[in-house]
Amino acid sequence: MTRFLAAAALTALALLAGAPAASAMTIEKIVSPSGITAWLVREHSVPLVALNYAFHGGSAQDEADKSGTANLAADLLDEGAGTLDGKTFHERLEDHAIELRFSVARDYFHGSLRTLNEHREEAFDLLHLALGAPRFDDDAVERVRGQMLAILRRESTNPNSLASRRWWEAAFPDHPYGRESQGTLESVPRITVADMRDYVRHTFARNGLTISIVGDIDAKTAGALIDRAFAGLPAKGDLKPVANASPRGLGRRIVINLDVPQAVVTFGGLGLARHDPDFMAGYIVNHILGGGSFTSRLYREVREKRGLAYGVSDTLVWFRRAAVVLGGTATRADRTADALAIVEAETKRMAENGPTPDELAAAKSFLKGAYALSLDSSAKIAAQLTQIQLDNLGIDYIQRRGAMIDAVGIADAKRAAKRLFGGGMLVTVAGRPKGLTSSAE
Amino acid sequence: MSSQKFRLVRPLMSVAAVIAAAFAAGAASAETTGVPVADFTLPNGLELIVIPDHRAPVVTHMIWYKVGAADETPGKSGLAHFLEHLMFKGTAKNPAGQFSQVVARFGGQENAFTSSDYTAFYQRVPSEQLKTVMDLEADRMTGLQLTDQVVLPEREVILEEQNQRVGNNPRARLGEQIDAALFLNHPYGKPVIGWRHEMEQLSRDDAIGFYRRFYAPNDAVVIVAGDVEPSEALKFAEATYGKVARHANIQPRERPQEPPPVAVRSLTLADPRVEQPMMQRDYLVPSAHTAKPGQSEALDVLAHVLGGGSNSRLYRALVVDKRVAVSAAAWYDSSAFDMAKFGVFAAPRPGVTLPQIEADADAVLADVVAKGVSAEELERSKSRMIADAVYAQDNQVSMARWYGTAVMTGSTVDDVRRWPDRIRKVTAADVQDAARRWLDKRRSVTGYLIKDASPQAEKKS
Repeated sequence: MTRFLAAAALTALALLAGAPAASAMTIEKIVSPSGITAWLVREHSVPLVALNYAFHGGSAQDEADKSGTANLAADLLDEGAGTLDGKTFHERLEDHAIELRFSVARDYFHGSLRTLNEHREEAFDLLHLALGAPRFDDDAVERVRGQMLAILRRESTNPNSLASRRWWEAAFPDHPYGRESQGTLESVPRITVADMRDYVRHTFARNGLTISIVGDIDAKTAGALIDRAFAGLPAKGDLKPVANASPRGLGRRIVINLDVPQAVVTFGGLGLARHDPDFMAGYIVNHILGGGSFTSRLYREVREKRGLAYGVSDTLVWFRRAAVVLGGTATRADRTADALAIVEAETKRMAENGPTPDELAAAKSFLKGAYALSLDSSAKIAAQLTQIQLDNLGIDYIQRRGAMIDAVGIADAKRAAKRLFGGGMLVTVAGRPKGLTSSAE
Repeated sequence: MSSQKFRLVRPLMSVAAVIAAAFAAGAASAETTGVPVADFTLPNGLELIVIPDHRAPVVTHMIWYKVGAADETPGKSGLAHFLEHLMFKGTAKNPAGQFSQVVARFGGQENAFTSSDYTAFYQRVPSEQLKTVMDLEADRMTGLQLTDQVVLPEREVILEEQNQRVGNNPRARLGEQIDAALFLNHPYGKPVIGWRHEMEQLSRDDAIGFYRRFYAPNDAVVIVAGDVEPSEALKFAEATYGKVARHANIQPRERPQEPPPVAVRSLTLADPRVEQPMMQRDYLVPSAHTAKPGQSEALDVLAHVLGGGSNSRLYRALVVDKRVAVSAAAWYDSSAFDMAKFGVFAAPRPGVTLPQIEADADAVLADVVAKGVSAEELERSKSRMIADAVYAQDNQVSMARWYGTAVMTGSTVDDVRRWPDRIRKVTAADVQDAARRWLDKRRSVTGYLIKDASPQAEKKS
């Protein structure tokens, strides 16, 4: 152990917004002996380590006719690696109560690891094997492919899946964002082991890696563990560029005929890029319109006043190359048209008039306080730190976030509302909604 | 849609069982690491449990009422859950919407959930707002005001919730049918969300009557997990809940009990939307509350060995070795005031029939009955369940939920604390004995979910 870890040229003391100064979370930027950077939060009260990491390159890397490749590869990483077959690998995990999770989004591969302190070396060794030497044994590939096909078969008559898939297809035709990460019943059978090996080779590289660690661990030990898992990966990946895109089909309505008692509606339109100067204003305005709380306009108008649905909400979704606002509800067939009319009217009203000053103040207060509440476990903190890094928001973002929210004025909110909701919506409906038909394309 | 208002009806049992195991273990581990769980009872009968966790300046505050769907009058199914929704409609002191606005102002989260045995409401707020939310909950414990103007639209909401959870979901429909066939006499056979024809008739008077009968300090347990000292939480509780008068006439929970099960039952639900068939079998077994010492813990271990993840017997046999299934699992949820359920699940690969897969699952069960479990399997399952202890401490909401679920279903704080010790004591003979005793098909209902391919079902254009 010679020189190590100039832990943290950058250390941020993040006082969680809305919380008393008694509790603070210190984020350290650390560099491992092999030169890999990570963010670390030391949390000594529970003897565990939560790792969260991401690689650039998600399902948008899939070939158009082989969508689901990255996802299937991710599902197979713990089904045998190095000299360990799948059975042995799973037994090692369970004997030590180690949790490894892998998932794929459009832009990124996401991974997490949770281990008790006493088993952390074993945990990072198993992660090293899973990322560096997955076996893709034939029997495991066919078993996991079969499981994926079973999920896809089930989804083929699920109104939520149908409405959502159709929305993405119509919003992003001929673009990888239009395809679900899971792939389709047609594409998944086409995926070969060579395709999955290509994905792994092109994606699992040190230059596309983002790491966050939270737990009962010091910087030096964290650096050594990071190297155990990641130092052996190639220095550079080989990713295909993804084109910029904007959602299409705004103003269009698509009805998917399905015999279910309740129609499921997906709606959405233009979003805001994460680095757009209006992003925070848009985030607040969207919270007022249809954010998840019991106080949103859509919740009040659709559920509370009229009882048309159990849930209705919308959210901002951003990728590296596109951004959308996306929402949904589910209502009985004979009132679907009413519910949709209300959603459209409220959206239009928000675009034209923006929120009231009182709504803006209440939303700002909520969003400042809610952030601290959302960071309530080591795993959640680690995931949030990874997201902050991927979004390139800076190690002091948590500290600055409250002031960024406070800086949004009513004019900003109105401008953002018009940008978000003034462009019309693409709507998909799965079910038998009375009086609603697909509009002409 | 993940951020929708979320009201849990009966939680997915496989998940619930895992969570239950995790948090029971967590509690005991918390004790060994010196985190004391405090348990008080106020003079008016309200119980207060405090689970300190000072990592963040946040508290989770929950109030649990010892009343659920199993306590509904026959003909009024769905009423406990309906009342849960209506509890958000305001009081004289805090009119409709005020509670949620107050919680939202400081960024708090709130929600509620209903099961067969309990109804619970919770908020997650900055620690300094604990007394505020206690005040609001104490107010709506007896101050609820309802008019048809708010009751009738909310009845539409629960009907849409029923559609979303059950009507649109063939697996959930099968689960309802299995419960209804498994419980011959006990109200656990009714869906928590209710039967639609009864939900449609629920009225304001039904809701108020139920509320006055069951919502009282001596029928409630408050759980606070987070950044607060027990003495302070007690002081706040006394100043808020302590002011609510005891209910003179809270009856003990005595539901009609099950006769000894004597018939092997099976049913088939055909739904045109089923593209992936499955089979599920539920056995009637003891809960943590009704079991003799050690029985419930042996069932916990048995469920894990048989069906907890990809090292389990069912998964190895059906999915990996014989390749007849795409998934296979088993679960046991010990948290019920009366009898509990032990479940077995499998979904066949294309070309494999349900009777075939059922026979394969039966062979796995029969093998455990005949030969028991290996020392290695026993240790792996136990150590995994006990290790979840430490993980559980990482999430205060889950800790609060585990304690709440346990005390609502007849267990005590001390039972929760000692759960890992009891798991440690489970022997291979105990597990085999549990399998022999409880995995008796006469105690079970087997349900098949298949595609309805009949012409009248094919209404799709």
